[in-house]
Amino acid sequence: MEFAIALLKTVIFVVVVFGVTLLHVAYATYFERKVIGRMQGRLGPIEVGYRGLLQPFADMVKSLFKEDIIPSDADRTLFFIAPIIVVASVMTSLAVIPFFNNGAIADLNIGVLFIFAMASLAVYGIIIAGWSSNSKYSFIGGIRSAAQVISYEIAMGISLAGVFLMAGSLNLNDIVLAQREQPLGMYAVLQAIGFVVFVISAFAETNRTPFDLPEAETELVAGYLTEYSGFRYALFFLAEYISMYIMASMITLCYLGGWALPGFLVRLVPILELVPGIVWFLIKVYAFMFFYFWVRATLPRYRFDQLMAIGWKILIPVSIINIVITAGVKRWLMG
Amino acid sequence: MLPEIFFGYFACAILGLALLTVTRRNLVHSVLWMLLLFLHIACLYLFLNAEFLAVIQVIVYAGAILVLFLFLVMLLNLREEHEARRFVCAWQGRIATCLLLLMVVAVSLYKATVQPTGGYTIDFINRIGHTKVLGTVLFNQYILPFLMTALVLFVPMVAAIVLAMKEKKR
Repeated sequence: MEFAIALLKTVIFVVVVFGVTLLHVAYATYFERKVIGRMQGRLGPIEVGYRGLLQPFADMVKSLFKEDIIPSDADRTLFFIAPIIVVASVMTSLAVIPFFNNGAIADLNIGVLFIFAMASLAVYGIIIAGWSSNSKYSFIGGIRSAAQVISYEIAMGISLAGVFLMAGSLNLNDIVLAQREQPLGMYAVLQAIGFVVFVISAFAETNRTPFDLPEAETELVAGYLTEYSGFRYALFFLAEYISMYIMASMITLCYLGGWALPGFLVRLVPILELVPGIVWFLIKVYAFMFFYFWVRATLPRYRFDQLMAIGWKILIPVSIINIVITAGVKRWLMG
Repeated sequence: MLPEIFFGYFACAILGLALLTVTRRNLVHSVLWMLLLFLHIACLYLFLNAEFLAVIQVIVYAGAILVLFLFLVMLLNLREEHEARRFVCAWQGRIATCLLLLMVVAVSLYKATVQPTGGYTIDFINRIGHTKVLGTVLFNQYILPFLMTALVLFVPMVAAIVLAMKEKKR
């Protein structure tokens, strides 16, 4: 009986998290279009609903009713599976993110590594999508994406090692709790090198500008998405935004103090203690989402060789130096 | 009873997937079956409470090495099976290989211990955490083999770069 209640609780939690995430994704597209519109001196969506607030739903209905086109020489099975692989692996990562204290669906000891594992599985969906479409544009987009994600995953993993060393744990909840003990309440300052490397890698990992070469529309139409339409296209789109949220949450949890506030701020204004942790978590996540859109509106795209040079010749060596410094400080200065 | 069913499924699935991997004509499909195979192996590790090994299996084998395989297969554009003369045709060679592999299995079965030895009992590992125990053992007891492996992996990398480097024209 107890088991059944625990199971029911988990199922409800899962449904709530996924439902809320889908709603967030819908409004992330609206947020993005508004922000970029304003930055480029436009208004963004204003027609559908009050100030265009219903625009995401209009888009959703549109993509659901579009004709589903399958290229004539495509590998049909793989063409169908590819978007499912991407969405499933990205959504699974949501399970280990603590939204408030102990507020993860599954509190894994190796939460961070689990997110990495799922991110590396999502690459398959993209490569398969590119290959099975039987189109040159899709194929090049898929190959580019694979090369990019593999390269930046290394820099990302190594830069996070500094955080693991400082927190002494791979559990996301423990990392947040360890940060709360810090004088500043976040690792972003002490782990500044790792933080910068991680942020740059997060952009590359989610295929966002300035590293959006897999879907560079001036060269590749829409990259691996070129042959997809209707609902399948929407699934890829969904996965891209969820993975942006995942990366923003990772940065929030590992570097910005997650759902916790810095200790000195709570001592200064004790009333802040009463605000639920999820509010701080969402504020930090959305600050980073805004940063994503800001960068997209500001920076031009890199060339592919520049992208590889940044990843392998700058970010990886810098993050290795970061590990050496962190380990040295921990060993000799803090005992 | 439940663990036996669980293990039985994974053992059968791993064998079946391995067969599918080697018999597919389309190399891309074959690589994808191998991906499923690796995920099943990761589940077996999880079943043994070795969560770190399971995740590393997914990150390193499924996430990095197999992607490179897929990369290569796609870049060479081997949609159909490549018809080439086999390197080794003699049946003696095949039998010798099989016997060699069997010997490896036999030796490892003979050498394997069912119970944990030394201070690392199951209780101890559960208390400290699998990841921490693995790190402690690897970087203290087996540090020399670990560094040797790193060196062995480093040498071919340098060799590959030397081969790929273009000679500068004077």
